[in-house]
Formats: sequence, C-alpha cells, structure tokens
Amino acid sequence: MIHVDNLTKFYDSFCAVDGISLDIPKGEILGLLGPNGAGKTTTLKMLTGYFPPSAGTISIKDFNIQDHLLEIKKMIGYLPESSPFYKDLLVYDYLDYVAKIRGIPADERHTRIKYLSELCGLSHVMHKSIAELSKGLNQRVGLAHAMMRDPEILILDEPTQGLDPNQIVEIRNIIRKIGEEKTVIFSTHILSEAEATCDRIVIVNRGKIVADGQTEALKQAAGKEAAIQLTLANASFDAVEQTLKPIEGIESIKKMDQTDDGRLSVKLGCRSESDRREDIYKAIKATDWVLLEFYQEAKTLETIFRDLTRQINKEN
Amino acid sequence: MRQFTHILRKELKDFFVTPIAYIVITIFLIVTGWFFFSTFFLYDQASMRNFFNLLPLIFSFVIPAVTMRLLAEELSKGSYELLMTMPVTFGDIIIGKFLAGVVMTVAMLIPTLAYPISISFLGQLDWGPVIGGYLGAILLGGAFSAIGVFASSITHNQIVAFIVGAAICFTLTLVDKMLFFFPEAILNPVEYLGANFHFSNISKGIIDSRDLIYFISVIFIGLYGTYLILLQKE
Repeated sequence: MIHVDNLTKFYDSFCAVDGISLDIPKGEILGLLGPNGAGKTTTLKMLTGYFPPSAGTISIKDFNIQDHLLEIKKMIGYLPESSPFYKDLLVYDYLDYVAKIRGIPADERHTRIKYLSELCGLSHVMHKSIAELSKGLNQRVGLAHAMMRDPEILILDEPTQGLDPNQIVEIRNIIRKIGEEKTVIFSTHILSEAEATCDRIVIVNRGKIVADGQTEALKQAAGKEAAIQLTLANASFDAVEQTLKPIEGIESIKKMDQTDDGRLSVKLGCRSESDRREDIYKAIKATDWVLLEFYQEAKTLETIFRDLTRQINKEN
Repeated sequence: MRQFTHILRKELKDFFVTPIAYIVITIFLIVTGWFFFSTFFLYDQASMRNFFNLLPLIFSFVIPAVTMRLLAEELSKGSYELLMTMPVTFGDIIIGKFLAGVVMTVAMLIPTLAYPISISFLGQLDWGPVIGGYLGAILLGGAFSAIGVFASSITHNQIVAFIVGAAICFTLTLVDKMLFFFPEAILNPVEYLGANFHFSNISKGIIDSRDLIYFISVIFIGLYGTYLILLQKE
C-alpha cells in the first residue's frame, strides 16, 4: 500500500530524517515512536505531501508522490500535531468547508458531517465557534476533518496529546475502529498507547529507524529479559553467588546493599525463554537463608525504547 | 465546482461573520464620504471626478488592511499545513484569496453608488465617466489586492504584511506625482508605472488597452510573485 524508500529530509544542513525505508500493508495500524525531535512529525509531513523529501521516494498504491501529489492528497486524511483551525468559523461551517474542498457532493455533505459528528462526539458543539472549544474537542474536530472523505490512509500526529484519560481511551477506540479497514499511521511518544493500539511499532531516533516489528514480537523479545531482586537475611554474598550462578539463564549477580543486621540485597540479570523464578526459589529453599523479598521486573517496551534511544544518543 | 470557489467562499465567510468587513466598509465610507462631500458643494458641479481622484490613495491603505490576513494568518496559525494537505493546488489557494480581496473591494464600492444616484437628482450627471470610474476602481482594487496577497505571503505577521502592502500600493499611487525627481530619459516608463495615472485615464471614461494591460500585468505579477513565495516555502 505505502512504500517508502530511503526517505531523507534536510533542514538546511540539519538532517531531520535520515534514510527511512518502510513498507506498510493495507489495514495496518502503525505506531511511529521516538523521543522529541526524532523526526516523527517530519516523516509524517512528507507522507502527507506537505513538503517534498530532500531525497528518497514515497509511493502510495501505484502513485509516486512527485508526479501525483493531488491523487495522493485525496487518499490521505491528516491530523496535525496542534489542531490549527480557523477559529472564527463554527464547527459546522468548518466541516462543511472541508467537505466541499474534499469534493463531497452537495446532497451527501450533510449526512456525512452528521455521521462524523456522531462518531467523534461533536454533535453538541456543532453550532459553537472553534475558538470556544477545549483542547480535546479541538482534537476531535481534527479527527473529523481527517476522516471527511473516508480516506484510505489516516495519518495522525500525536492524536491523544493534551487529552484527559477518558478522551484518550475514546480516541484510541476510534483509531482501532478505523484501523479495522483503513491503514493508520500515527506518531506518539507514549509507549503504552502504541502498545495498546498498534499492530506494528517503528521506533525512530535521530532520523533513523532503530526498531521495527510487530507489537507482539517486540513485546516478546522484551519479555525474555528480566531483572530479579532478592533480599535475604542470614546470607553472605559469596554464598549467594555460588548457589545461584549455576542456574541456567542467570547472567549476572550484583550486590545492591548489605545492612549491618545482615540483610543482603542482590539483583539478578536473567535472559531466558521461560520463567526462572521457580528454580531460584528451590535453590534458596535448600539453604538456611531467610527470604524477605523476591520480585521480578519484567523488561517492557518502555525499557527497550529507553535502551535503544539512549544508547545511540550517548554514542554521538 | 473548482476548488478556488470553496476557498473564496470560506474567506468571504470569514470577512462577513467577523466584524472585519463591516468595520472596513464603514471606515471606507466615512473617509470617502467626508473628503468628497466636504468640497462637493464648493465646486458646484454634478460630477464624481473628485471621488475617483480620492480612490487610489484611500485604496492603498484600505485594501492592504483587508488582504493582510489572507495568507499571513494561515501561515502563523499553521492552518496552512492543513490546507496544503487537502487536494488543492497553489493556484486554487492564490486565486481564491485574491478574488476574496476583489469581492471585498466591490462590497465597499456598492454603497457608494448612492453618490452618483443622488448627484443625478442635483444636476446633469455624465454617466460615462462614472461607469468608467467604477470599472477602473474594480481594476485598481484587483491590482492592489494582488499586491496585498503577495505582501501577505511573505510574512507570518499581519502587521508587516499590511505595512509592506500599503507601502507598495502607496508608491504606485504617488509615483506619477513625483515625476520631477526623475531624469527626463526615464520619465515615460516611470509615469507608466503609476497606478494613479492609468486609473485617472479610465475614470475620465477613456478605456485604453494600455491602461487595461497595466492593471492586468500588476495583478499577474502580484499573483505570480505569491506563487513563487509559496513554492519556496516547501
């Protein structure tokens, strides 16, 4: 559906997007993740045809963005980062204007606007001017704007930014619903959001793709690594190391703290397909140590994201 | 319908839903009405000539005030981004905005039709120059609107857009009154540049192709300049 090849964008000499290549099939919900300034918005803006790339190609279906900009713009619905609308117009007038520009015939216009206002929960503010709306309602006007012509591709730049938790859930549900038939690309820096909504996650940092995979696959890869914290009484660090080291999957044992009354905290680094906690417990049970604390910090997407983006930032 | 008509209608809605249109029209009518009628009875002539003599100077302030927001506002608010991701071309945007300026000019001129009508009751009014004058006023409004749209495209700041637009229009209005500053060799080309010069020809009721070509070229240059600026913003 969407084929992006070696996409690059320079702002003067600053390279905002550096050789991104992506293939997005029809009906996929793709989350573009990355820290601030990673090039998410720039990538999305190039996909919408707002400005041309410095190098590389974008083609959607059989259309190349250089030669068929207008056709591509017709297929795409776009919600920009801050919803910049004409503040003086009424919500209805604004949507009516968008419907006209998007070429919806006069006799369907009213039903389409009505349908979208219900879908996005705007029915009760249609007669208000956009300047009066709250941030959340503004965002919904943007969503209605983006979906006006029932676009095949929906590009949303931080759709849940500035919304309250209830609204976030609502917007996510809307995205999920649209994503059943349409291709949705959205950017966010909130990981739980991407985890909850996306089929596929692409993490970008400094204009480059650092991770790309199905959400489930990424989560599983993350799940293999875990850190286990133990607090023991009546134990010495050497003895702990000797007893636990032979257990398969334990890669490191680190002493965290030892108090005067003999409490010892250690951190075990694990990498394993299956849960190792049972083996550890059995090994401890065989000794005369007293187990005070025992818990596992599973590695989540968040830790992957932090590792990937921080590592690279350090290198530079 | 072509895309530019939607943009034109949206701009007009913006003018007439907000107080902008009414304020501008009122100010225009007060200023022209005052300057025209304060000397009208002294001349004791049933003619609109003094009204049309005033127009270039007043237009060179009023029209940039109308057009200053057309593009600068979109650029500063970021709604330009939304506009550009919809299926419209630069041509649609520029023509739509330009025509909004022209329609506003016409809306300002319509109430002034009361002047020739009431004058025609006072004496023998020659309608030829009046019709020529209104035609010229629309052309002049078009030329200044094109300049205003151009000024609005070069900046995010509406005040800068107004000052630049007014400065260009003002120069074009006054340049043929400054001819004594110029060497004789370039007098004719400089005179030809003056909007006032061409406008006063038309408002005498003489419609000469040179004057029409002048206004059409100013409109074209203004709009093409806007196109180049927008192209460069990509």
